[in-house]
Order: sequence, then C-alpha cells, then structure tokens
Amino acid sequence: MIGFLRNLFGKKDDAKRGVSEKGLLLYHSTGEVIRAETLLKEAGVAVAVKGPPPDLRQGCDMVIEFPLLEEMRIRELLEQAGLAPMRVAAAQDHLLEPVSLYHVKDFGDYLMVRAANMKITMDKRDRRIVNVSGGGCPDVPFLAETLVGKVLDQAPEPRSLGRTLCGYSLQLAFEELRRRCPG
Amino acid sequence: MSWLIVGSVPRADFPLVRGDYVLQGDTLILNGRHADEQRIRVARGTPALMAVAAAAAEVLGIPAPQALVAGDIGTGEGSRAVYAHLVENIDQIDHAGLTFHYLLPDIAWHNQVLWALEARNPAPLLAADAGFMYAAKMSGYAAHYDLFTPDAGEMAFLADEVAPHPFYTRGFLLQEEDRVPELIERAYAEENAARHLLVKGKTDYVVAQGTTVAEISAPDVPAMEPIGGTGDSLTGLVTALLASGMEMTQACRTAALANRHLGHLANPTPAFGVADLLPFVRRALERALE
Repeated sequence: MIGFLRNLFGKKDDAKRGVSEKGLLLYHSTGEVIRAETLLKEAGVAVAVKGPPPDLRQGCDMVIEFPLLEEMRIRELLEQAGLAPMRVAAAQDHLLEPVSLYHVKDFGDYLMVRAANMKITMDKRDRRIVNVSGGGCPDVPFLAETLVGKVLDQAPEPRSLGRTLCGYSLQLAFEELRRRCPG
Repeated sequence: MSWLIVGSVPRADFPLVRGDYVLQGDTLILNGRHADEQRIRVARGTPALMAVAAAAAEVLGIPAPQALVAGDIGTGEGSRAVYAHLVENIDQIDHAGLTFHYLLPDIAWHNQVLWALEARNPAPLLAADAGFMYAAKMSGYAAHYDLFTPDAGEMAFLADEVAPHPFYTRGFLLQEEDRVPELIERAYAEENAARHLLVKGKTDYVVAQGTTVAEISAPDVPAMEPIGGTGDSLTGLVTALLASGMEMTQACRTAALANRHLGHLANPTPAFGVADLLPFVRRALERALE
C-alpha cells in the first residue's frame, strides 16, 4: 500500500533525476523493424515499437525500444537472424555511444585491459587469461569462471555467453586484448 | 548489529537461500546441517564479499552477517527472485543494515525494495555496490543510500548524469584515476551519489556528503587491481565493520586500509584469486585496527 501511494504521490522530484533503462534499435526499413520485433518477442524480450525522436529518423519511422541491459543478448539474436540493426542508441540520450576508450596496464608478465567497468588480464608468457574483474551484473562472475584459465585464442567470446552490458564491456576488453596480443 | 548481504551466486542451479552461513576454507556453507544445505566455492562476486565479511566478523567478535542470495548467470531470474523475496517478506527483514551487491539492475524492482526498506522503523543502513548500485543511480534515488563503494570506472558512471549504465559512460569522464576528485564532485552535484562513498582505486577516497574526509594510498599493491574479487573483499570488510557498530567514515577508512594490508601480506601476482587472500584477512584487519 505504501509503495502504491508513493507511486501515486511521492518521489516525483527524485524520479525526474532518473535515467532511462531503455535502448533503441534503428533500422533502414519498417519491414526490418517488424521482423526484428517479432523475433525478439518470440525470444521473450520485452520490446515495443515506438516513433523515433525527430533527429533519429534515418530512413525508418519506427524504432524498437528494448531493455538496455539485455543489449548483448539482443544483438546476438538479431545477428544470428541476419537482422543486425543499422544503429543502437540509448533512449535517454541518443548521442550516447558505447564506451570506446581502453585503459591498458602492463604488469611485466601480465597485461590488463579495461573497457568501461570491466577488466581482463592475460599472462603474456602463455596467453592464458588469469583474471576478470570489475562489473556489476550477475553474468560477470559466471563469465569470469568460464574464461579464467583458458588461452586467449581458445576462450569463448564473452558475447557468446554473456547477457548484459557488463558482458558486452568485457567483450570489448577481450577484443582489445586480442588486438594487442595477436597469437 | 545484524546485517544482511543481498546478492547472487554465479550458478544457474542455485536456489534462493536466506539465513546464516559459515566460511570453511575457501567454501561458503549456507543453511548448514539442514536438508537444503548449499555450498559454494569462493571465487569472486557476492561469495567473495560474504567470505571476507565472515572472516572479518570473526576478528571483530561479532556474528557473521546473514545472506540472501540466489543463482543468477545473467538471465535476471535469480535477481528477480531475490527482489520479490525482499518485498514479500519485508516484515522479517529486521536487520540494522543491508549490503546490496551483484544483482541485475532493474529500476522497478529496485524502487519497490527501497521504498519497502525506507518504510521500516527504524530504517536500516543501506550500502550498495555492483549492479544494485547501478540500479540505485539509474532510479534517481542514489542520495537515499548511506554508502556506495564504486571503483574509478563506476565513479565515472555516477558522475555522468545521463549514462544509464557504465557501458555508456561518456569518454571525457573515463580518464585516468587522478580525476576521481572531480568525478566525486560532479556525482554529488547531480545527486547521483550516496551519502557516503568509498571509492576504490590506486588511492581510496572516503567521502561524506560530498566532502572527501580521507585518502588512503598505502600500502600500494598494484597487482590487486586485476584480481577479480578484491573490490568485493573491500565491500565485505566495510560491511563487517558497519555491522560491528563502527561509525561510517571510520569503517570506510579502516576497510580501505585493511584491504591494502591484505594485498601487502598476500604479496599476490595478477594471477591470484581472491580465495588466495582469505588466509590473510585476520592479520590485515588487525593491522588496520591498530
């Protein structure tokens, strides 16, 4: 009851400071939007077709709104179906782009790469992943247990197992590590 | 003071468990000696937080915190079960404080949990780290929390008023750690910080109501940064210290120092696991308390 009343009357000023947890999938054509929406709904993803903000109209008058935290899984589903979107944006501010800055630390025998909030560390001597740290979504400890101990070239890509944006950050760090340390 | 750790376990088959737990070597035993006893090896994440909190509680002469955890490998099922359990059983949540950890950020569930806890009399102390801290910031209710424990990357996310997740933190904020004081100031200006912050990094910052009250940078053990679970160990230490009744800023300062001693005593390489550090918790905390 208290929660219900607060929903009705309370916390409005606070709520204005919140940010959207939704993302937008943009396509060239309405047909692609509809096919993608169908696919995602069948996969159990909570999506909705919306009209895009005016400056996001890039050839399609519809965008798919999706739960941002599931972006990694959604991208994977769409790519497998040949329905990769033209662009992905955060609903909060469509100018937001995924992290593209990497921080690299050399520990002598070990190299650590950080992307956003995720870090992956490799033993340079045998190219074995020795640690994964950072992040906050629950797929991170699971991904870490899957990756640690594996040779970089033989380890599964985080995007094949992860489901959240933390998992996607780890994917980017993983790719950067492979780029810097080609076998 | 009784305390509840709320988080997840990286196993799909792990049921929802609430109650006492013990640490034996590198294994946590939940619901020990009962038919539904559950065991999990400490590697990182919430189990690491729980393990270090239990070890620290023993040093402090207090009971270990209790835990509310469920298995979640990223689907959110376990996290939602935890959220629902909290809301549905709020009358039984009579702890002096709660530490929230690896849970799938979900604003609607977050708000229900927060409001239910704030309606308690007295309201418990609320500490948040990892995914639940993300949800707290996304919801706009960050200032309702007593403590956040972000690392430098997460600090940039708190400072970015439009970022819905660290993945979308704008590049100009994701610079090196020497910008942390600026990020702290920005997070408070936008009301995206808890009343206190313990920022983990090359230098640890203890912040109260926007003012940095302590900076801890020694002993410096660079190899701690890559080790998964060393942020969780710090959150575990501060959880135990708060549960002992220690004042917030002193608890943060002591926890930061103890976590550094933990690294100094263990002398790790970047290939260590957090379980390798557990044997050193006692001496590390005793040294920090001297």
